[in-house]
Amino acid sequence: MSEALKELGELIAAELSDEVVSTKVAFSELTVNVRAESVDKVLEFLRNDANCKFEILCDVCGVDYPTRAKRFDVVYNLLSLRHNQRIIVKAETDARTPVPSVVGLFPAANWFEREAWDMYGIMFSGHPDLRRMLTDYGFEGHPLRKDFPLTGYVELRYSEDEKRVVYEPVNLTQEFRKFDFESPWEGTEYVLPGDEKAEGQG
Amino acid sequence: MAEVQIKNYTLNFGPQHPAAHGVLRMVMELDGEVVERIDPHIGLLHRGTEKLIEHKTYMQAMPYFDRLDYVAAMSQEHAFVLAAEKLLGCEVPERGQYIRVLFSEISRVLNHIMNVCAQAMDVGATTPMLWGFVERETLMEFYERASGARMHAAYFRVGGVHQDITEKLMDDIRVFIEQFPAILDDIEALLTENRIFKQRNVDIGVVTEEEAMAWGFSGVMLRSTGLAWDLRKAQPYDVYSRMDFDIPVGLNGDCFDRYLMRMEEMRQSLKIMTQCLDQMKPGPVLSTDPKIAPPRRSEMKTSMEALINHFKHYTEGVKVPAGETYTAVEAPKGEFGVYLVSDGSNKPYRCKIRAPGFAHLQGMDFLTKGHMLADASAILGSLDIVFGEVDR
Repeated sequence: MSEALKELGELIAAELSDEVVSTKVAFSELTVNVRAESVDKVLEFLRNDANCKFEILCDVCGVDYPTRAKRFDVVYNLLSLRHNQRIIVKAETDARTPVPSVVGLFPAANWFEREAWDMYGIMFSGHPDLRRMLTDYGFEGHPLRKDFPLTGYVELRYSEDEKRVVYEPVNLTQEFRKFDFESPWEGTEYVLPGDEKAEGQG
Repeated sequence: MAEVQIKNYTLNFGPQHPAAHGVLRMVMELDGEVVERIDPHIGLLHRGTEKLIEHKTYMQAMPYFDRLDYVAAMSQEHAFVLAAEKLLGCEVPERGQYIRVLFSEISRVLNHIMNVCAQAMDVGATTPMLWGFVERETLMEFYERASGARMHAAYFRVGGVHQDITEKLMDDIRVFIEQFPAILDDIEALLTENRIFKQRNVDIGVVTEEEAMAWGFSGVMLRSTGLAWDLRKAQPYDVYSRMDFDIPVGLNGDCFDRYLMRMEEMRQSLKIMTQCLDQMKPGPVLSTDPKIAPPRRSEMKTSMEALINHFKHYTEGVKVPAGETYTAVEAPKGEFGVYLVSDGSNKPYRCKIRAPGFAHLQGMDFLTKGHMLADASAILGSLDIVFGEVDR
């Protein structure tokens, strides 16, 4: 299985030498890193080429790496029924550079790209209808970004005075507790509470 | 009579509608009674599961999967534990695998009873729902006896399942397997040749092979077009490779085919369940590797090391080596995938949940175009939508 995937990866890299950055086989899954601006070209090749025939787009999602210059990964998961194989196509982008939309190739991408836009703020150029997908009407921000707090910024309640649902800044009755169970014996990066003064003594 | 210009009418279907299978709002554009366009507005049940999982250890994250497709809870758990096991590279004891397959199939029956009966209810038949729910209750009792919870089981673990099942439970499942086909026959007697049911479902919501593939359909939706694609056969996981069962496929890709296929899939599930029960041998159900699974409760009573190990598991959790995987299982509704990214810590860095219903609901617009308004609820019923997984 892995041998066949490796060969397929080499074949794709050879055919699309300008677009493919690198290929990798791990956990018997083939991952292809491509340039963001040519995602549509790569996916078209993968769909039409006789050796690939990845005709089903299972999933499109974003991943956030805030420390990177191009902070987002856009991940496409494709499936080939013909060859019974899967492939992961990844492209890097940032919050300002749009990725070409693949709705024209795979209609299924429509909602998946809307979701990636909603959750991460990844822009897709050429998407027919890039609205928010899962969040509330009039929601602000992109909740799955790593810098978006788990508790969010606003909460809503029904106001008896105004007879409607109102948004208010989130008010936590108890401070948000972030438990850290990383083992202190293996060395922590932070100072343990109570140890602040011990700095430099040991 | 003078010709009258009729304007298209926009109708709001939901968010609270008994035929919407949860909280779905569809903005429908109607020309008379014919649907021109449907714009589903989803997300009313969005709970931020993926965000929450990023803040939990792997063991704490697992119960969220019950709450996605709450009709067939354990199938989702299966996808997540398989993904985590792939990253950890751990072995699952054989009995654990059999129990997981057994309960995945129980989940499939749970799901299909719900769907078939709800689909019948959507087109006006109330009796199957009443009969089906009696059986669902029996199956949920099995859930309870294995895990302690009727619905949100949290039973599967990375490395196996939480507890072994008893001989008595296995016997009772056998009794159920014997009795259930009679109930299926009863439901089929009410629906399959029923004139009204056929009028409402035959040739409604037809999907072709090309459409199904382009729109990312999976499971029954894909097989109804005639493609025999089932992940349990094509990319078998756990002990599915040892199971002997058939995959029903459709001929016309319409709502009626999908109903027939679900009925047949239930019978095939019973077959798999019997094989699991026959082939299962006594043994451990959870990985015995202390790095992967916590020790058994009985060990903790006498062993200090086991107690410490247990504490570490329930506080720090398991550190999963860095890597990423897309692992999919054949959930009752279709391909349920988990794209799991680990950065080497005890929490998932990213856990994207690929819900089959999300892709299916997206096809609602092209499936309904040109059909009557009343067909929309029949099509929605045959898509098998549960909002827990669509909205996540």
